[in-house]
Amino acid sequence: MYNFGIWTADFNNWLLSFLPGWLAVIIECVIIGVLVLLTYTVLALFYILYERKLCAWFQCRLGPMRVGRWGVLQVFADMFKILVKELICLKDTDRFLFKLAPYLVITSSVVMLACLPWGHGLQIINYNIGIFFILAVSSVGVLGILLAGWSSNNKYTLIGAMRSGAQMVSYEISLGLAIMTIVVFAGTMNINELVWQQDKAWFLFRGHIPAIIAFLIYIVAATAETNRGPFDLPEAEHELTAGYHTEYSGIHFGFFYLAEYLNLFIVSGIATLMFLGGWMPLHVPGWDGFNAAMNVIPSIVWFVLKSFFVSYLIIWFKWTFPRVRIDQMLSFEWKYLMPLSLANLILMSIFVALGWHF
Amino acid sequence: MSDIKEKILEIYPSAEFSEGETLMITVKDEKDWHPLAKALKETPGLEFDVLTAVVGMDWTESLGVIYYLTSTTRDWEVISVKVTVEDRENPMIHSVTDLWKVANFQEREVYDFYGIKFINHPDMRRFFLRNDWNGHPLRKDYDADPAKNPIPTEDEKDEDETVSYVEDENGKIQKIPGKVFEEDEYVVNIGPQHPSTHGVMRFRASVDGETVKKVDVVSGYIHRGIEKLSENLTYPQILHFTDRMDYMSAHQNRHCLCMCIEKAMGVEVPRRAQVIRVMMDELMRISSHLLSFGCTAMDLGATTAFFYGFREREMVLDIFEKTCGARMSMNYNVIGGVIADLHPDFQKDVKELIRIMPDRLKEYHKVFSNNLIAKNRLKKVGHLSKEDAINYAITGPSGRGSNWSCDCRKKHPYAIYSELDFDEVLMDGCDSYARYMVRMKEIEQSCKILEQLVDNIPEGDIRAQIPKIVKLPAGNWYQQVEASRGTFGVYIESTGEKTPYRVHFQSPCFNLVGVMNLTCAGYMIADLITIGAALDFVIPDIDR
Repeated sequence: MYNFGIWTADFNNWLLSFLPGWLAVIIECVIIGVLVLLTYTVLALFYILYERKLCAWFQCRLGPMRVGRWGVLQVFADMFKILVKELICLKDTDRFLFKLAPYLVITSSVVMLACLPWGHGLQIINYNIGIFFILAVSSVGVLGILLAGWSSNNKYTLIGAMRSGAQMVSYEISLGLAIMTIVVFAGTMNINELVWQQDKAWFLFRGHIPAIIAFLIYIVAATAETNRGPFDLPEAEHELTAGYHTEYSGIHFGFFYLAEYLNLFIVSGIATLMFLGGWMPLHVPGWDGFNAAMNVIPSIVWFVLKSFFVSYLIIWFKWTFPRVRIDQMLSFEWKYLMPLSLANLILMSIFVALGWHF
Repeated sequence: MSDIKEKILEIYPSAEFSEGETLMITVKDEKDWHPLAKALKETPGLEFDVLTAVVGMDWTESLGVIYYLTSTTRDWEVISVKVTVEDRENPMIHSVTDLWKVANFQEREVYDFYGIKFINHPDMRRFFLRNDWNGHPLRKDYDADPAKNPIPTEDEKDEDETVSYVEDENGKIQKIPGKVFEEDEYVVNIGPQHPSTHGVMRFRASVDGETVKKVDVVSGYIHRGIEKLSENLTYPQILHFTDRMDYMSAHQNRHCLCMCIEKAMGVEVPRRAQVIRVMMDELMRISSHLLSFGCTAMDLGATTAFFYGFREREMVLDIFEKTCGARMSMNYNVIGGVIADLHPDFQKDVKELIRIMPDRLKEYHKVFSNNLIAKNRLKKVGHLSKEDAINYAITGPSGRGSNWSCDCRKKHPYAIYSELDFDEVLMDGCDSYARYMVRMKEIEQSCKILEQLVDNIPEGDIRAQIPKIVKLPAGNWYQQVEASRGTFGVYIESTGEKTPYRVHFQSPCFNLVGVMNLTCAGYMIADLITIGAALDFVIPDIDR
């Protein structure tokens, strides 16, 4: 496997050769910040096109075709339009909170993006509680949504925000428990170690039954966490027009929009990390030739492609299933999904204790 | 017919009968009306349990209302009752809302147009026009001077005040103010601009958390005064309005009006035209139910199913386009037949549609109807019992979803329907799922009808010879057809002129929207959308 860490180390050494240590760190931070934001924007734009094209194919359509070849420039045009649009603040809105909300949402998703392991040696910070940190940061986004709904001074947005609050709080439990199942298996929360432990085979295969159950629970809970169909109640278009972001315009709306797509990538990224080996290529124990061949493909490509695949599954749900109702959604979580994930956690503990895994 | 007269004379000795197309009872003294109505509804052997139509009238010397009643037990026999009131300043008639719930909105419409106040009506507000409108436009002495009702420059205020005229024991009538919503109720405004109201309809829903407590229907955003306009136009000119009411039942509606005029003129429609009309009606029904399928799916969030429904609907619209020259507002039926002959591709296209439909229906069931989420969202939502369906006169697929056999094609066969082999689809779920499934199964039945006719279109004229100037003899006529959403009725009263004295369109969607409060109360906000989608009302049909 090619280690991208060599590049970053070389760059660091080069900076230190003529700069004091503190200045080098600041310069590196700025460069990384710019790179993260750039990645964020490009990925979000790609995802918008990705979903539009996928849903068009599900629906026997072509999707955007006019701007650029196969409509690839459509998203840039749309984003440019959103950027130049007027920011409207309606009468009697709580202006400060109204303007703060989109930034909370987008900040939380940028921070989560920064925590993902992109490739061998391509990780920004290596926390020993990395996965725990990601879960904690993801909750800040809910706050933004609640604030947006509340400060808009509109009945639709308020109902949307309340739904969102109830939904996020509920499904975070299953999400957390599904991740904990893997943490129990791996015995670490460190993202780097999690990836390296999947060197021989991915967790999904190593932990077999409980890991597969955890993966399914995670996919369902992640769909709910990202407010995507069939759990898109907070912005249920046909009930609440646009839910919590009804009153937003211009780039403030754009922030919600981008964050929604990026969160899709992030939950897919976490699924990849926890179940599908992160950036680790597909390895089969004993097949050395095959493993060597897989290693030729750069690790970053592995990570991104696996994430796109998980996102594809989630997009597929959205365009196939009808939306659930609020009481159905909550009873599904509290009566079925959470007990199941608790039982699964115990099952995994037993498997780990008895060594019934690969 | 004779025994009905005797029975009515028993309960109402001073009845005056006039034999027209249906038996008409004239009630001179308004005070007799409510006891008579009660007796007509409850006397064994009569049991007129459906209030089919309420037609407000202005005969200049008197105002009045004509009620069309149908008895489901007497083989769908229709009678009409004419109630007149002389007082033009303050006309009052007893309400029959307590007997037939459907009268609630119908009487509000009559109040709106004629200013007749209904005693004991619970909620005597205008239905279509703004609360601050001056005058009652369908009265013959209405002053249409724009100065009387200038274009408003301010928003209409939401007025929660209503009024009812209650009669006490001494027969004195008191005006009692009431409230639609209490001060501290949390009222969510759904519409007039909303993705799921399927047009400019407005519901004010009082909610407790996510649960809907009461729904107030605010209508009239697309009211065009079709009935008023018709009074100044010749018969061929009013035909095109029907395509613009329920635009998803354009052929059936127009078929109905044409039949009513042909009946009055005594015109025999050539067989070829009859067959073409029936085929067009059924194609229209398929297109309408496909749209309904798509919209139900989309309102529940299954956007992909929506496109599948539209894909097949496109084929029907292409058939219309080739023959009628338009995909919407086809303007195809004319008095005496149809306006143009079939396109040479017609039979081929219809056969292709019949060929693919069974497979496509399976696909719909796979992707949507049998989906667990969809079933949970639709089943046990919006309960409407058979009794309520009859009482609120909910016809069409929605009524048949409550197991009420009410298909006009079977009950009052018109055109060539009596010769055709098809089933009336009935389901006893009484919920949104039943209503939805009735539509899906009716598509199969419509295909069955088309299959019987597509190779048997007789040669001949496409329309009868009719005079250049269409004049109807003096009299009144009522004609019903089975439109896509229920029984559509046309009432025409003529004085022998070339313009009608009064035209009333009894639209099925008007009754459908009347059960919104009944079916939504106690369910959730999301269910309100589901129920609306499964009832499948079309707004221009309500507002007219």
